Amino acid sequence: MNIVNFTPQSAFLGGIIIGLAVILFFVGNGRLAGISGIVNATLVSKQNRTDNFLFLVGLVSGPIFYIFFTKNNIPFLITSSLPIIISAGFLVGIGTKIGRGCTSGHGICGISLLSLRSIIATIIFMITAIITVKLIG
Amino acid sequence: MMSKIISLISGIIFGVGLSVSNMINPEKVLGFLDLFGQWDPSLIFVMMGAIIVSAPVFFLFRNKNKPLFADNFAIPTRKSIDKNLIIGSGTFGIGWGMVGFCPGPAISSLALLNTYSVFFVLSMLGGFLLTKLIDRIIIPAQ
Repeated sequence: MNIVNFTPQSAFLGGIIIGLAVILFFVGNGRLAGISGIVNATLVSKQNRTDNFLFLVGLVSGPIFYIFFTKNNIPFLITSSLPIIISAGFLVGIGTKIGRGCTSGHGICGISLLSLRSIIATIIFMITAIITVKLIG
Repeated sequence: MMSKIISLISGIIFGVGLSVSNMINPEKVLGFLDLFGQWDPSLIFVMMGAIIVSAPVFFLFRNKNKPLFADNFAIPTRKSIDKNLIIGSGTFGIGWGMVGFCPGPAISSLALLNTYSVFFVLSMLGGFLLTKLIDRIIIPAQ
């Protein structure tokens, strides 16, 4: 194992900012900022639909605000082929729906709540993701 | 009205966090998942930063009666480590490792007008709908 491209400061700062979003949504609206749940609910549920939709509008606006105020570019690169991207999107949709959470819902909110379910979910999706990268990388 | 403003602002802050940490970038995330190759541990620091901020607040507020702008806290009560959790999370991880996108960054990256992000998000929505459909057919409503 070689350690490369490690950016601990911006990662930690970005994490703190994400944490602030999580606590604002929780203390204000009483809800957990699990993105797969919010996307799925916007799609299939009438309950809180406007709230959910506005959260997603905000999520897409975030990078625009960041670029506008910092004048920084956001490094962004996808090297996967289109068939891989479409299959991956499907698996992420199916998996987070059946497993009831993703990196934000289980990985951040669930672990912060000390939920054993979420800790196990996070370990499992990290392991299968690492194996997948090892196999196709 | 306030809950809508809170939702919008929470989303914006979340998206800024993904931009600052560059977790919006699949290449960066794949760097973390490439544990046995050229490893970039940054994602761990993102999760630590977020958890350090949110865990104490959850702890302090979860037993309060009410959030500021809603009637009650909506915290999942499910505790079981069931096969859905294991199969679902495992499946999610495979998709995550294939491209480096999980739902938050994928949605947020639509801001960058990349065609691949659009395809990913549409397939993800397809995955949600397909699962709902299968759910209806196979598992009777409770």
